[in-house]
Amino acid sequence: MKHTKAVVFVACLVPLAWLFWLANTPGVGGSGLGANPQEFLNRYLGQWALKFLIMAIAITPARKLFGWSGLTRYRRMIGLYAFFYVVLHVTSYVVIDQTFNWPEIWQDILKRNFITVGMVCLLALIPLAITSNNAMIRRLGGRAWRNLHKLIYAIVPLACLHFFMMRKGIQMEPLVYGAIIAALLMVRLIPRRKQQGSNPSGRPRSL
Amino acid sequence: MFYKKQKSWDMSASGLKASDITPKNLFDNRRQFIARAGKSAAGLGLGLGLGSIAGGQALFANPGAAQAAIALKGKPNMAHTLKSLGEPELTSYDAATNYNNFYEFGTGKSDPVENAVDFEPTPWTVVVDGAVANPGTYDYSDLIRPHQLEERVYRFRCVEAWSMVVPWLGVSLGDVIARLEPLSNARYVAFQTLHDPERMPGQNGFGLDWPYVEGLRMDEAMNPLSLLTTGMYGETLPNQNGAPIRLVVPWKYGYKSIKSIVRISFVEDQPPTTWNITNPREYGFYSNVNPLRSHPRWSQARERRVGDGLFTAKRKTLMFNGYEKDVAALYTGMDLKKYH
Repeated sequence: MKHTKAVVFVACLVPLAWLFWLANTPGVGGSGLGANPQEFLNRYLGQWALKFLIMAIAITPARKLFGWSGLTRYRRMIGLYAFFYVVLHVTSYVVIDQTFNWPEIWQDILKRNFITVGMVCLLALIPLAITSNNAMIRRLGGRAWRNLHKLIYAIVPLACLHFFMMRKGIQMEPLVYGAIIAALLMVRLIPRRKQQGSNPSGRPRSL
Repeated sequence: MFYKKQKSWDMSASGLKASDITPKNLFDNRRQFIARAGKSAAGLGLGLGLGSIAGGQALFANPGAAQAAIALKGKPNMAHTLKSLGEPELTSYDAATNYNNFYEFGTGKSDPVENAVDFEPTPWTVVVDGAVANPGTYDYSDLIRPHQLEERVYRFRCVEAWSMVVPWLGVSLGDVIARLEPLSNARYVAFQTLHDPERMPGQNGFGLDWPYVEGLRMDEAMNPLSLLTTGMYGETLPNQNGAPIRLVVPWKYGYKSIKSIVRISFVEDQPPTTWNITNPREYGFYSNVNPLRSHPRWSQARERRVGDGLFTAKRKTLMFNGYEKDVAALYTGMDLKKYH
């Protein structure tokens, strides 16, 4: 079982490895990153951040609908990877897109609504990331910890809104992401089935 | 009972047999041959009605061009060269032809080059109508041929805050308009892109109202900078860049430079324009490059020059994209933040 966790850990790094592969592959504009590599990096990392956020909220529905309770043990790792890709996404914006032009960055946060929304997501994810360890769960207590982590139900739709607003006009892709997120959140409204027999995992059921 | 739906390309309907069709590789070879011949053999008549086609090595011919484009040579306009622009180099042909906004072929930057491969831009006609003395349906060559084909190097600035430096080939829009003889009540010129979802698959999607429409005030259209463009980098326009005929208005954001034009209308009132319809707060009718007007989506103060290194800072955007002395007089007394 230890091995599968290591496999998942490495698999989550594949999108990043692919980026390094593209950067070192010849292509239009010099590398596989294309003619506007700054834009490509930022979009790519942002999209993977959103995908990991969606994976994190897909685990409870997977258990509820298909009984795949084994996935729950990867949820923390997936959530932290989402944060990892969010941080890379924002770093690529600050370092590569804006080259540390802080006044411009500040203006962007204030004036470009999609960036404002993105920054709210980043800020809201920070407490979730730093409490994603056993020590913090103990310190906060299960109930407070669970309430804090309900923030994710606001963050993921907002992250998708950020994606939708970033695109020019009304585009299909962000709407598809939005529909998936809506479905994953709605599964949580289905009333929980009465517990049949014992709870084999022995762990308390989470949200 | 069966019945067979006949399609326009159905070979049995046209009496064609499969063996009558030129194998694709032979066809491609032929086009490559034409491209090469056009670049080397002076005065080779290709029967395509492009006045200045062939005739020696084009100034910016790209030998590595992937697409079977046809060499095109224009008289270099010495007022619009790399040197006069003060730019060190052209954007690479690869970048200019692989990184495109052309929603008719998809919204991704590499969608146009992928989805426009089979687009056939010939034959092509342009409808001229409205308040004009010489309306009609003009064949591509009839519209372009009477005019001097020029090569002009322009900055190209996208509203998404990236820019390029491109050697266009085209004819002065003002010359074409003068020949068409607009009537005195023609105050604007409206342009329309081809609307044909079978040939332009992006038009099957939603997001924009098709067909794509654009427009200029008459004095903007008559400005010597406005170029009715048929080529770039010494070749006919690649499909993804708006073949066979597009506008280039270098002091305005790129979306004003409408592609694959099928209609030019002379009108009295300001015509609707696609991005303005889609989001009037963000995209005005004028859409002049203006670093001082804060755009809700992108700061327009700076731009990324496509081709710059990964860690190169964006450069400052120039008022009217650097064409202030050519066009500022068009807007004297206008509040450019209101009329953005």
